[in-house]
Amino acid sequence: VEILDAKTREKLCFLDKVEPQATIAEIKNLFTKTQGKSLKDEDVLQKLPVGTTATLYFRDLGAQISWVTVFLTEYAGPLFIYLLFYFRVPFIYGHKYDFTSSRHSVVHLACICHSFHYVKRLLETLFVHRFSHGTMPLRNIFKNCTYYWGFAAWMAYYINHPLYTPPTYGAQQVKLALAIFVICQLGNFSIHMALRDLRPAGSKTRKIPYPTKNPFTWLFLLVSCPNYTYEVGSWIGFAIMTQCLPVALFSLVGFTQMTIWAKGKHRSYLKEFRDYPPLRMPIVPFLL
Amino acid sequence: MGLRWENRTTCLHPPRKRFPKGRAGQGHVQSRCSRWLVLAIAMVRFYMEKGTHRGLYKSIQKTLKFFQTFALLEIVHCLIGIVPTSVLVTGVQVSSRIFMVWLVTHSIKPVQNEESVVLFLVSWTVTEITRYSFYTFSLLDHLPYFIKWARYNFFIILYPVGVAGELLTIYAALPYVKKTGMFSIRLPNKYNVSFDYYYFLLITMASYIPLFPQLYFHMLRQRRKVLHGEVIVEKDD
Repeated sequence: VEILDAKTREKLCFLDKVEPQATIAEIKNLFTKTQGKSLKDEDVLQKLPVGTTATLYFRDLGAQISWVTVFLTEYAGPLFIYLLFYFRVPFIYGHKYDFTSSRHSVVHLACICHSFHYVKRLLETLFVHRFSHGTMPLRNIFKNCTYYWGFAAWMAYYINHPLYTPPTYGAQQVKLALAIFVICQLGNFSIHMALRDLRPAGSKTRKIPYPTKNPFTWLFLLVSCPNYTYEVGSWIGFAIMTQCLPVALFSLVGFTQMTIWAKGKHRSYLKEFRDYPPLRMPIVPFLL
Repeated sequence: MGLRWENRTTCLHPPRKRFPKGRAGQGHVQSRCSRWLVLAIAMVRFYMEKGTHRGLYKSIQKTLKFFQTFALLEIVHCLIGIVPTSVLVTGVQVSSRIFMVWLVTHSIKPVQNEESVVLFLVSWTVTEITRYSFYTFSLLDHLPYFIKWARYNFFIILYPVGVAGELLTIYAALPYVKKTGMFSIRLPNKYNVSFDYYYFLLITMASYIPLFPQLYFHMLRQRRKVLHGEVIVEKDD
């Protein structure tokens, strides 16, 4: 069986000794195995289903950059940018407001929460996360930084504006929002730790995550990606706290993206593990 | 440089050109063409009767708005594959048309009698009639060379003319928008957000600078391929 590239017509693979009874699915399997379904670094040549001659296919993915670098850059930006607006650095608001401070306590609280969130992310990137892939395409850093830095500036502009209007329901609303925010931050961190513990240092094995003694991880019973669930929760909390429409929009966009990722992750869990718990939804319990 | 070993999918035949198949595809394409013909005829009649472009927009506006909003269906058609155009390209075109019709000419009345409005209306009409005649004839497998020629040559004039019409119209609208502060939200307000339609229009005008050359050169490349030999698997328009 000879397999050609559909666009370029070049010979991709020659499978010899294929049974006449073989189905296309089996041929596809043979092909992907020989062609390289992401050949892992750990694969042993002898164990691969190739004949006496092995042909490996090389695909250049273009300029790459490490995940750690991208994460650090995209998270350090919002941390720094928000503070520029918080301290009302010149040329943002009118000159009479330069380096003044807001009289609303919620504005100070919001700065603490926002900064805490990004410091947490930076520390997790450095000490907690274990990445399956070392790198991603270089263009991603420009796309991601535009997204994070742009939204951070947009939010920060309004929250720290001299004409900022505090939440309608006052201290009650802020307290509730803060509670949601803190719970979700703790939850998100717990999930990150649980996922890290699933995988021994330096390995790339994948296992089904299960709830641990930590109550925050019990969300695993209902959801495949509770880290995303908690993340959306944090931002909803922040939106309620600041009562700022740009924050709500940022939460919505983030939720959309994380739902796409969660669905992908959920699907690959289902594909990889026969005994995957059936009750779990990707990101929202029972719903999504 | 990071390297990763990738997966590919297999199929027995080379990918076929996606093209409107069956009655749904034909019907859609023909109706789109005739809608624009209706518009063209209405415009010509008006001009012949009145001898001026003033009031032209007003007379055709209902039809135009109806058709352009209907154009949202276009995106759905691309999604489900009746029309062989990419969703992104069509999405951009439809949004920009809806923007012009509803957010500029409809909402900013002083602008309706500008000559620039006629410029883009004529450009849109001729472009669409040519394009959908091309699709219709292609579907029927009887494509007169003239239609193909028209489709890949008219745009050379029509694109810049249409863009000029749109930009001049937006530019004419600016003073009115600034004076009235329409579609804008100011601080302070309960939701801590603001929006300035005037600056939004300026940014929109600026966005033509990167977008228009891309579209134009894409069409020029298509033209070179289609009219000067090579057979290509057409996916984008």
